[in-house]
Amino acid sequence: MLGIARTLVARDLLLAMRRKSDVATALLFFVIVASLFPLGIGAEPNQLRAIAPGVIWVAALLSSMLSLSRLFAGDHADGTLEQMLLGAAPLGVVVAAKAFAHWLVSGLPLVLIAPVIALQYDVAGPLYGVLALSLLLGTPILSIIGAIGAALTLGLRGGGVLLSLLVLPLYVPVLIMGAGAVEMAGAGLAPDGQLLLLGALLVVAAAFAPWATAAALRISME
Amino acid sequence: MTTQTQNIRWFWFSSPATFYPLAGTIAWVAGVLAAALTLAGLYVGFVVAPTDATQGEAYRIIYIHVAAAWMSMFLYVVMAFWAAVGLAMNVRLAFVLARAIAPTGALFTFIALWTGSLWGKPTWGTWWVWDARLTSELILLFLYFGYLALQASIDERRRSDRASALLALVGVVNVPIIYYSVQWWNTLHQGASVSLTRSPSMAKTMLLGMLLMALAFWAYSIAVVMIRARCEIRENE
Repeated sequence: MLGIARTLVARDLLLAMRRKSDVATALLFFVIVASLFPLGIGAEPNQLRAIAPGVIWVAALLSSMLSLSRLFAGDHADGTLEQMLLGAAPLGVVVAAKAFAHWLVSGLPLVLIAPVIALQYDVAGPLYGVLALSLLLGTPILSIIGAIGAALTLGLRGGGVLLSLLVLPLYVPVLIMGAGAVEMAGAGLAPDGQLLLLGALLVVAAAFAPWATAAALRISME
Repeated sequence: MTTQTQNIRWFWFSSPATFYPLAGTIAWVAGVLAAALTLAGLYVGFVVAPTDATQGEAYRIIYIHVAAAWMSMFLYVVMAFWAAVGLAMNVRLAFVLARAIAPTGALFTFIALWTGSLWGKPTWGTWWVWDARLTSELILLFLYFGYLALQASIDERRRSDRASALLALVGVVNVPIIYYSVQWWNTLHQGASVSLTRSPSMAKTMLLGMLLMALAFWAYSIAVVMIRARCEIRENE
């Protein structure tokens, strides 16, 4: 089973590397959205420091959501997805592997670039680690839960906008915990509680959401 | 005496053909009940119940607000229940019921938010605060909208039923997580919001009015859901 997962992750990564622009677009979107806020709100450093965790997290949410529709669309278009449904490998594992690959391509770059954005917002030095850690724990949840929405809206007209309506309310706890952890640390409190809860959410989501996604794929493909 | 005669035939009414006339009867009874209970509840609430010592007359909106908020959450759970029955047992009627409940649930969520803001203006001096309960009610409204939007955008009946049923189940698992995370977020941002907790002592007539209105909304929901289910059945069969 791990072999199947490893093969699938490697395949999805290879496909992503062949189309580097897709990866770059989501990342650039994140950077641009985060850079727009100071232009709209004003560059007062204290204010920027206060809104930084929320802005970075919301931008991460949107960026991750935008790339969701590509999660199954390519495989759906060329028939690979049908083969996966018919194949012997458990669909839940296939879905989990695809969601993981999606996170490697769309979530991990956000974790790596977030400190640069934090620099723009004049965030205090010790918070960088907390911010990166919260994103590291939180963005995989976005990919795993988002996969349910991507599977449900597979092949629908206006799927992208619909997907945001389905998925964003479900992202609320992640946003609250993630941005909350950074804010706690900023206020001089220990962010452990929020981070542990994020970790718990990740474990629960990773255990259950792939099976919901598998059921959703079967519904969409029948 | 055989046990056979005592067995209720649970699945007898799961066929749309037998359910259709039953739904008509239930709709009638529940509709009349809803009208009677609403009149009684409003009478108790607006005429009998005393004016609140601290909030004045403005508090009377709770006779609609509280009942609507209860129904909004309760209906989501009921909808998810029928969605689960539909997915697990492949009963068409369960999907019809889940579909029929959603618009009423969204309506009550909206009414709860709207009346809450009408109450908030004279009492708190603002239309909206990011209170934990208000925020989670707002997100509940988004969940209803997502369900309705997914349903509306799939033309094929079977896929539409099953996909939205799955979404309702995912939603109902998330509702408690969202609720507690919002509550926590609220305590983290303390200071900006006003506490919702009212004085614990409540006149008996106030409680009676609220209960009557809750029952009235309950009966109304049943009536409307039955009528909508009948329309759905007519559309399909």
